[in-house]
Amino acid sequence: MIPVIVILAYLALIAFIGGVAFKKGQENTEDFFLANRSIGPLVFFLSIFATNMTAFAILGSSGLAYRRGIGVYGLMAASSSFVIPLTIFFIGTRLWALGKKFGHQTQVSYFRDRWECNHIGTVIFALSAAMLVPYMIISIMGGGTVLADISTSAETHQPLIAYPVGCAIVALVVTLNVFLGGMRGTVWVNILQTIMFLCFGAVAVAWISHALPHDFHYYMDKLASDPKTRFKVTRENMVAQEFWSYTLIPLSSIMFPHMAIMCFSARRVTAFKQTVIAYPLAILAIWLPCVFLGVLGFAALGPIHDPDGVLLQMLQKFAPAWLAGLLGAGIISAVMGSDAHQVLALSTMFTKDIFVHYGGREKFGEKRSVHFARGFIVVVTVIAYLVALELKDKQGIFEIAIRYAFSGFAAMSPVMVAAMFWRRSTKWGALAATLFVAGSLIATGFLQGKPAPPPAPPSAITKPSTNTVANSATLTNAAPNIVASNTPAGKPATAKPKEDIIWQVGQGTNAVTILSRAAATGDVRFLDGYMTVFPMVLGSILCVFIFSLATPPPSQETIAKYFDKGPKTIPTAEP
Amino acid sequence: MKKLLLFLLIVAVYAAHQDLWNWKKPDPMIFGFLPVGLAYQAAYSIACSVLMAVMVKTAWPKHLEDTENSSK
Repeated sequence: MIPVIVILAYLALIAFIGGVAFKKGQENTEDFFLANRSIGPLVFFLSIFATNMTAFAILGSSGLAYRRGIGVYGLMAASSSFVIPLTIFFIGTRLWALGKKFGHQTQVSYFRDRWECNHIGTVIFALSAAMLVPYMIISIMGGGTVLADISTSAETHQPLIAYPVGCAIVALVVTLNVFLGGMRGTVWVNILQTIMFLCFGAVAVAWISHALPHDFHYYMDKLASDPKTRFKVTRENMVAQEFWSYTLIPLSSIMFPHMAIMCFSARRVTAFKQTVIAYPLAILAIWLPCVFLGVLGFAALGPIHDPDGVLLQMLQKFAPAWLAGLLGAGIISAVMGSDAHQVLALSTMFTKDIFVHYGGREKFGEKRSVHFARGFIVVVTVIAYLVALELKDKQGIFEIAIRYAFSGFAAMSPVMVAAMFWRRSTKWGALAATLFVAGSLIATGFLQGKPAPPPAPPSAITKPSTNTVANSATLTNAAPNIVASNTPAGKPATAKPKEDIIWQVGQGTNAVTILSRAAATGDVRFLDGYMTVFPMVLGSILCVFIFSLATPPPSQETIAKYFDKGPKTIPTAEP
Repeated sequence: MKKLLLFLLIVAVYAAHQDLWNWKKPDPMIFGFLPVGLAYQAAYSIACSVLMAVMVKTAWPKHLEDTENSSK
């Protein structure tokens, strides 16, 4: 009960902040969507980081570490530490300048002006919106999961706040915050949120280390010394091609509309300096404890039904109720920080790229545009909530995000790079890449198989034995994705995921598998284990390149506008 | 020359992410409890922060600050 009270008090505070921001706000879209481009350096860093940290970063990472081991950190966090700050450095700063100079508020408004196009911008908008919605849904799902898990009674095993109610609470608070406060309300809340979840990991690790009956070394050593569980503390069951493929996924970051819109909102370009330096350290502060606790949870809790809930189960077992509540609020912070930005981004895109672009502002006025944006926020959140309910128990948080949003946005990054750095790029190149990405996503969804059912859990799962390291037999059962081959005793198990061949060229020893499907997860793989993001990014680059060269470039005036350096300001259709 | 060196530095940091030599070994446990593969990747994040500090110091797009002044 205490954790629930702490979290509800926190949620009420967030809604209150939205109300205060509402009083400060002005009734125009520049203020509602970008806080008048007035975000200072510290708030900018805290906000842009909160924008990227979703339920996936905390719950998904610990859940995945529980299943696959420590390699999860290198897979996502370390590669993000490298790619995201670089993209902010090279692209984010330039986006900011373009917004300041020409008044752009969304990526699509920039593309339209840069490539002198109209409906092609709408196509890019449609794909971006379609890929953003699943990302938003996982935030709501994560919030519902946290509230349900943290309010579950130890005696009855029934949640005080059921999953649908938890999702509804999170969706409602986020809607109130964004509806009332717009960008200003969202970034104010981000200050509190980011500080909370940056502290979360260190506090959780410190507390749990005291509460566990053995020290960390005991659990790690136990996992390492058993050949069947050794893969949890190494990467021996990870495929190198997959590990490399993941370095492409963070390219998605700058293409997420909410990230790009955040870049438009900074007051000065110097705000980016501290952000790019601090960003990898902030990733470290969040991901390292989450991944470590996920692996530790495997050793300390044994098999559990819902790996994404491993962190919460650790807190419930090894932390006092009030602390579990505070830490639960920290997790909720991560969930809602990104969700608020996603909702706001969708609203910004729809209002600016569709409503205003097709004459809505001339017809209804600037004030009505803000009303329209607010109405859109309510509608989109209700839809996301309903989908979150429908998808529960059907797909994991991590899977939805990776399959649809991350890969798609990563594959759209060549479009942004071409717009920004290649004068000769054209709208037809951008359209070809966009259609290629959309087609690839549809094809991947079509080829995607159903994951193999997990092995039947032993009876111990419903009542996991705490304070002991689970025996190796049950530990192996909890790792369904890998099939271990026979290896000599005392040597690490080598493993290769089972796969179904979809498309193979050649026969016998000369056969090359172009497309395959991992039997355990249903994921489609390219060549010998590469994730589909690799051919998608490659294809997107080729599309931009070939179709741009084959079509006439934009006018000299437009090219000069975007590529001639200097302080000259050229007015646009959208001031 | 400076641009080339920075480019090589970026490529080197990117390549350092693929630490194949840590792939199958959990030992040594850094600080007694962090498997070496995890500790390496954590240190990699710190290295990325250092890389960005170098980038900001030596390759900051200063001309963009003119945009700030011109739009005031």
